[in-house]
Amino acid sequence: MYRYDEFDARFVAERVAQFRYQVERRLSGELTEDEFKPLRLMNGLYLQLHAYMLRVAVPYGTLSARQMRMLAHIARKYDKGYGHFTTRQNIQFNWPKLVDVPDILADLARVEMHAIQTSGNCIRNVTADHFAGAVVDEVEDPRILAEIVRQWSTLHPEFSYLPRKFKIAVSGAAEDRAALQFHDVAIQILRSATGEIGYRVYAGGGMGRTPYIAHVVGDFVAKADILAFLEAVMRVYNQSGRRDNMYKSRIKILVNALGPDEMRRQIAREFDEIRRAGTLAVDAREIGRIAAYFAPPDFEHLDSNSPNYESARRHDTDFRAWSDINLAPHRSPGYAIATISLKPIGGVAGDASDVQLDGLADVIDEFGLHEIRVSHEQNLVLPHVRKQDLPAIFTRLVALGLATPNAGLVTDIIACPGLDYCDLANARSIPIAQRISERFADLDRQRDIGELKIKISGCINACGHHHAGHIGILGVDKKGVEYYQLMLGGSGAEDASIAEILGPAFDEHEIINAVEQVVEVYLDRREAGERFLDTVRRLGPEPFKERVYASH
Amino acid sequence: MAKSLQILTANRLRDGEVLYWRQGEWVGTLGDAEVLAGDAAAAALMGADAAVRARLVVNPYLFDVRLDSGHIHPIKEREIIRATGPTVRRDLGKQADHVQV
Repeated sequence: MYRYDEFDARFVAERVAQFRYQVERRLSGELTEDEFKPLRLMNGLYLQLHAYMLRVAVPYGTLSARQMRMLAHIARKYDKGYGHFTTRQNIQFNWPKLVDVPDILADLARVEMHAIQTSGNCIRNVTADHFAGAVVDEVEDPRILAEIVRQWSTLHPEFSYLPRKFKIAVSGAAEDRAALQFHDVAIQILRSATGEIGYRVYAGGGMGRTPYIAHVVGDFVAKADILAFLEAVMRVYNQSGRRDNMYKSRIKILVNALGPDEMRRQIAREFDEIRRAGTLAVDAREIGRIAAYFAPPDFEHLDSNSPNYESARRHDTDFRAWSDINLAPHRSPGYAIATISLKPIGGVAGDASDVQLDGLADVIDEFGLHEIRVSHEQNLVLPHVRKQDLPAIFTRLVALGLATPNAGLVTDIIACPGLDYCDLANARSIPIAQRISERFADLDRQRDIGELKIKISGCINACGHHHAGHIGILGVDKKGVEYYQLMLGGSGAEDASIAEILGPAFDEHEIINAVEQVVEVYLDRREAGERFLDTVRRLGPEPFKERVYASH
Repeated sequence: MAKSLQILTANRLRDGEVLYWRQGEWVGTLGDAEVLAGDAAAAALMGADAAVRARLVVNPYLFDVRLDSGHIHPIKEREIIRATGPTVRRDLGKQADHVQV
């Protein structure tokens, strides 16, 4: 794991002291709310429906046991016993008191965490593939570059007042688990035919009011040049991105207004200039220094078959189901990647209690797992698990209420906090996810349906990624009543696509039936081995529309 | 046409708690709030400005309600949820203090 150097530690400590003083000045009346609000937002503190909300950064979604314990402590001491993992691999606390936040930030700093750049018009927390360093098809661990980008972008004076927020994702695998093409900028690590490692850079993707798939703006940027290239992208955006209209201020609007060719030309011009200056060349030794923090653990030479694991699979049907569904192949024989679902049937997507956070920290320590990951799908991941340990770990997960076998299935639903918590929301998201989850609770039915990603947002800002859902649901307000638009055919994976609205919106009861009818059409019409998304793409919306609106 | 009825609300600065206006004071439950109409709403909002300056509350605003047998019902779902707590966690928020057996 990355460890703070002296600079990081001093900088975070100074920020805590600075914010403590700012809160004091706010409470004493020296600062007005208008003056204070941008300062609290720079430290991740929002005011939501019921209370303040603190968003804590989890860089590239990686947490240690020590950090998990601190999050549990904060949930217990300052909040109401739980935290909420978000679609940007962060964690939010829903009930902190303003007067406690300086102490919370001080506690976070003790475990090398903070809430900086989790809000505001800056480069936000950099996200990465949650299977980083563990997966078979990976060119390089994306967290090395994500950390370099984090260091370059943190408090970068030129990029502290961008036209709008800016989100960057990195992946080193062919399979895209980081929703690259829906980001302002995304970097895919590639290996050329000659074995050289470089970066494909995308720009101009996004969700929200105006969804766009990103365009490739750099085909194969050399390692040493990546910061120069990113700085070139940021300069073009900073100079030409719109500041007059917040709905048109993201880079996706600029890229699509200029056209990708003109965007590439302008980036190339800036890139040449920055590269000639040479100051942003990434030193190979520095890359090596940071890479050392992400060196994989010393994997034992294990047999790919573990008798202990196989025996548990034979004798325990629950374990067999969970291991079928929630495990992914690991690069090292005898190991697996385990997804810990935060989507219990009928539960709140992404929520974890202090007891669960502490319990997982114990599991990390006792089984020598080093770290845990947060996925943008609001689950947790144990990236390096010995298969022989899985039966024991599963028992622990069952006891913690964290053994739901549904990774990637229809009940593994992304849902934003929605109107239950969020000040921006128009409708609730979580109860819709809960009802769908209950409707499809039967595991045999879920497995028959197979991979199906449902994503729900409570407003057009799309924190619930509805544009990228195989089934997307968007909550809207119609004269004070919550309604839900149904969309089909989105994907946040390497075959990225934007979901399309099927027709008129449904009320909160009808939407559950509509989702079930859509799934029934798929089951009726699918061809052998065909995923839901592929059937939707082959058939188009009509058969689904006919069924769903037949009785509407 | 009936006069629109409104409630004045804000969040407490120190801890973010949702508060409602009642005759120059702030109360914690919607049922205790003062139902305002016409000039009274505008006057209350001016009163809230003083509370903002005194650093008691932030973000004051008015929202529409209707009265049903003396009970206050917000028109918007948002204010119903704000007055009670998350619908998905009945053990949290203001509703937690009024557990119904």
